[in-house]
Amino acid sequence: MNSCQKNNEKLLVKNLRKSFENLLVVDNISLTLKENEFVTLLGPSGCGKSTIFNIIAGLLNPDKGNVYIDGENYTGKTGRVSYMYQKDLLLPWKRIIDNVALPLVIKGESKRKAREKVKKYFEVFGLEGFEYKYPFQLSGGMRQRAALMRTYMFSKDVILLDEPFGGLDAITKSKMQKWLLDVLNKLKASILFITHDIEEAIFLSDKIYILSDRPASIKEEIIINLPKPRDREITTSEEFNEIKRHILNIMNN
Amino acid sequence: MKKFINIENKTIPIAFLFLLIAIWQIIVDAGLVAKYILPSPKDVFFTFIDILPMIKGHVLVTLYEALLGFFISIVFALILSVLMDNISIVKKALYPLIVISQTVPIIALAPLFVIWFGFGRLPKIIVVVLVCFFPIVVSLLDGLESVDRDMLNLIRSMGGNKFQIFRFIKFPASMVSFFSGLRIAATYSIMGAVIGEWLGGSEGLGVYMLRVKHSYALDKMFAAILVIVILSMTLFRIVALVEYLVMPWTREMDK
Repeated sequence: MNSCQKNNEKLLVKNLRKSFENLLVVDNISLTLKENEFVTLLGPSGCGKSTIFNIIAGLLNPDKGNVYIDGENYTGKTGRVSYMYQKDLLLPWKRIIDNVALPLVIKGESKRKAREKVKKYFEVFGLEGFEYKYPFQLSGGMRQRAALMRTYMFSKDVILLDEPFGGLDAITKSKMQKWLLDVLNKLKASILFITHDIEEAIFLSDKIYILSDRPASIKEEIIINLPKPRDREITTSEEFNEIKRHILNIMNN
Repeated sequence: MKKFINIENKTIPIAFLFLLIAIWQIIVDAGLVAKYILPSPKDVFFTFIDILPMIKGHVLVTLYEALLGFFISIVFALILSVLMDNISIVKKALYPLIVISQTVPIIALAPLFVIWFGFGRLPKIIVVVLVCFFPIVVSLLDGLESVDRDMLNLIRSMGGNKFQIFRFIKFPASMVSFFSGLRIAATYSIMGAVIGEWLGGSEGLGVYMLRVKHSYALDKMFAAILVIVILSMTLFRIVALVEYLVMPWTREMDK
């Protein structure tokens, strides 16, 4: 248990295996996420990435394998990591501030106290002035920010992001990626990210796991050594394209 | 532009209604139909003004039965739907019975209620509950079942318990369909009370209508119908207003 913490491993996933009615979906997946690290699972749509996330979040039980967080076994237990989907899933009937405070209320805080606690984060997440709006009054990008803020309020250390920008248009998406890096500079968090967008993966990550088609297994682990903080320009640099070429080669064979 | 559409939306049905009433007036005035068979709208209107103080007592009784029945059905429907949504065996056992209860003609049941519960207000209230609670249960149940699965998973991944899932997700998510059931039930409630009174009673609009029918006072009959329409429409509007007030997140058009 202590050996894990010494390596500052936040999350350790070991030999996950999961099938649904004889259909093998996840095959022997192992991965690690260190403190303040940004790790991406990159793979084709429908390869079983979300199943891996559901297992890590504790919503699904694996057939085999375990999930450790801070060295403790969390297999099949919910309520430890926070999880954000492609859909913002903001509750339409709650104001943004109450949506964001929801995880705290679920943990048993009073509405007033929870509001008090989340208020100071509105500036960091670029949502100042929108505290008392309803979700429908916000743009798609704003809603994703609010959803991410809610995710962060739930668990500040391990955050799972399942294609959070998948539903946005290209321009908003690119802005949101830069924004996410800026926010992560201010707030420390360990992020496990899912995407099928190669550029997005390289731009954001410290480490990428490339997944195969279903059943999902890890084809290769790539460490991204691009300097940080990163800017948009980096996406046209020689190094960036070298990594991209490499990943495309792996994915296509 | 929006304003114009709004005005247009209200003018068209009102204009059409007035057109129909005008045609009706002309037909009766021209003597195409005898006045004792079909009173003219003008006569109905004056009779309405005339009898209003007289029938006030009846109106209040009907309103009392309808409102009480309506509220009992809401409470009933809430309890039943929550039970049925949470415990599948309750749903399996009850749902067919609830549907069957709607296939039995009220016209046959109401006199039975009179035999069992007398000529008082109770049997009328039972009739109202019987017609009102079905649309509420069905719509509320639909609402509770149509909640976004991902939203439920999200709350579960946060460690939310069953009660929290109901309070934060399921109940508010089912409000829209709950209110559409309520609106239907609100319009049924007055009618239910009137039917109950018609089939055996000593007071209320139904009793009044039965009396004027027997004396062939059709203008009074139509005036009573007008009262029923106004009462039902008012209830409907009140429910719609409450809906508007308690669900500010559905006012997307006001942006």
